[in-house]
Amino acid sequence: MIRRFASNKGAVIGVLILLLVIGLALTADLLFPRGPWAMVQRPFLVPFTMDGFPLGTDTLGRDVAAGLVHGARVSLLVGLVSTVVALAIGVPLGAIAGFYGGWADEGAMRFTEFFQTIPNFALAIVLVAILEPTLTSITLAIAIVSWPPVARLVRAEVMAVKSREYVDAARLAGLSKARILTTEVLPNTVSPIIVMASLMVATAILLESSLSFLGLGDPNAMSWGYMIGAARTVIRSAWWLSFFPGVAILVTVLALNLIGEGLNDALNPHLSRKGTA
Amino acid sequence: MKHLKATTFLIAAAFAGQALAQEAGGRLDIVVQPEPPGLMLGLVQNGPTQLVAGDIYEGLLRYTTDLEPEPGLAKSWGISEDGLTYTFHLNEGVKWHDGEDFTAEDVVFSADVFLRETHARLRASLAYVDTITAPDDLTVVFQLKEPFGPFISVFEVGTMPMIPKHIYEGTDYATNEMNATPIGTGPFKFDKWEKGSFIHLVKNEDYYVEGLPHLDEVYYRVIPDAASRAVAFETGEVDVLPGGSVENWDVARLTGMDGVCSTGSGWEFFAPLAWMWLNNREGPTSDVRFRQAIMYAMDREFVRDVVWNGFGKVPTGPVASATNFYSDDVTPYPHDPDKAKALLDEMGYSGETVRLLPLPYGETWQRWAEAVRQNLSEVGINVEIDSTDVAGWNEKTSQWDYDMAFTYLYQYGDPALGVSRNYTADRIQKGSPWNNVEGYENSELDAKWAAAATMTDAAERQAAYDEIQREIVDDVPVAWLLELEFPTIYRCNVHDLVTTGIGLNDGIRNAWIEQ
Repeated sequence: MIRRFASNKGAVIGVLILLLVIGLALTADLLFPRGPWAMVQRPFLVPFTMDGFPLGTDTLGRDVAAGLVHGARVSLLVGLVSTVVALAIGVPLGAIAGFYGGWADEGAMRFTEFFQTIPNFALAIVLVAILEPTLTSITLAIAIVSWPPVARLVRAEVMAVKSREYVDAARLAGLSKARILTTEVLPNTVSPIIVMASLMVATAILLESSLSFLGLGDPNAMSWGYMIGAARTVIRSAWWLSFFPGVAILVTVLALNLIGEGLNDALNPHLSRKGTA
Repeated sequence: MKHLKATTFLIAAAFAGQALAQEAGGRLDIVVQPEPPGLMLGLVQNGPTQLVAGDIYEGLLRYTTDLEPEPGLAKSWGISEDGLTYTFHLNEGVKWHDGEDFTAEDVVFSADVFLRETHARLRASLAYVDTITAPDDLTVVFQLKEPFGPFISVFEVGTMPMIPKHIYEGTDYATNEMNATPIGTGPFKFDKWEKGSFIHLVKNEDYYVEGLPHLDEVYYRVIPDAASRAVAFETGEVDVLPGGSVENWDVARLTGMDGVCSTGSGWEFFAPLAWMWLNNREGPTSDVRFRQAIMYAMDREFVRDVVWNGFGKVPTGPVASATNFYSDDVTPYPHDPDKAKALLDEMGYSGETVRLLPLPYGETWQRWAEAVRQNLSEVGINVEIDSTDVAGWNEKTSQWDYDMAFTYLYQYGDPALGVSRNYTADRIQKGSPWNNVEGYENSELDAKWAAAATMTDAAERQAAYDEIQREIVDDVPVAWLLELEFPTIYRCNVHDLVTTGIGLNDGIRNAWIEQ
């Protein structure tokens, strides 16, 4: 499987980019110990004109490079945590709905649909506005708007798997329903969930950036969306303030999508066979 | 044929006008932001209303940029020795826009009847007034109960606009249908209000000052988005951007254009002063050493130069330098992080988180809060910015649910009108974000503020306010940040646009366009 993933060039590039971003995020305090908010040079310093400030400075003289590196932390953290939370809601709900069927299925799916009928972004804005923007509330809001597809996916997978022969065998062996679900059914639905999760991280990063852009970010956490939002009033005189964080978002989201594609190909034998044929 | 003749005449007139047009004539387009709720200045006194209605209505006096009174509807005035009797002599031949004569009866009606009922800020000053009488058509006498130092400063158009008695007497002011077509004595008459688009004023041909106004017409344009306002100015669609109508970052770009001028003048009367409320009741901000540390930690020059593009002035204390009775003989607070750290050590600050509430008025104020947070964190103060909107800001400041909160307020030319209200204990009232929100209590100073307000001798008042400023600055009840200056941006061929201490809010009767 790893070999199959490695043979996908796009996926490998994606992994390399993501590793780089993670590396920068982890070493942010070493690279820029003064933090992203320190006003270190004169404002509106044009990129590539002064040593030590390759990406220039912003409206207050803060280093754009420091902002990018520290912002990577927020983006990755929000992306990962919100995805984990979304999985924690979506997987059990979908599994129960798909495995037990009947009123459990009905109830869980109507509940899911309730969330699906409200546009994601609008709901996220409302949640953050009500809860007051902090990293926790933003992460929570993103998780709350992104779990329904997980629930539906897991439900469909569980329904497909539960009628397989080995599940019947387990049932005949006298295993309890809960045990069958957790040891026999769920492990066999993991691959599509992994693929979906990698794409969800990308979406979550975009959502966080959009919220920050609209001024609904955590005012105490430097993030890429905040950088673009704060730069939009000066976009005509200082292009680099919105350009570099924009590129950072683009590249990171692209990397995650490439990884998702690669995982999909690697984990799905049907597709890969088609690919080699 | 008749129609054709009329047209020819109009064209000829237009050409004739142009030939003479060194000074007279022309149209001025000015941005008004946001759209005013109404134009009846006796009922509504917010910024946009005054900007437009200041051309329609007039007060008895105007004030120079040094806040010296100069003639308005009153051509001369006198104050008795004891400071109790103010006598005004009105200009002759002044007419309301509907042709009626303006007389002393109108002044009595405006001040004693109409504005006493509708104008909260003036009412506070009128509490000192015993009687207002009109011995004859052109003379008005204000008789005071006790001396009130700043009384000569309350006759500006926004504070005491003259209201036509023949229209409003005996009616319900708020629902009078004439509110929609305001009648004043000013240099321009109301013509048309296209809601959401523009307000059109035309020259008052019967204005009592010979040869004024110069302009033929003025359009106040409503453009809701800051970026669009900047573009409208760039494309020449509007000629004047009043202070605050574009983001600060655009100011430098626009003033850098050819043929564009700007002035910071015209705000002397209001003297908007920005500060941070520091909650004197609880938390680290209740310790005077902590408050002093904040003053030393902040780099206020940096904010002035970077966030406000060099506009404004670093204040020395509660009284803005443009306001009367200002004194700079106080303890200075330069940017001195070491001193701030020493003060924090001395008080034993343990790193508790201090909340900072920014003013939700756009990018400038958000950046400002970020700069202050950075300054404070560099001396070891742990600051967290709260997110808020206008309603939340009002709620949190007026309910005292904050540690540090940005604000700015007008001073109206005199400490007794616009400064003491923020520092005396009798103005500690929960529920308003405009009074003594910080909860500063100093009974010794309270008595001094009260005494200074009723002094009549200017030198005596100056001495009293010198002393007050010297003492209060050491206490740092609030963290004074910046004397704001909102530059007016205009095309250089427009002359004499800002001539008084209230700037564009006054009637622009002297403005003319160089052809």
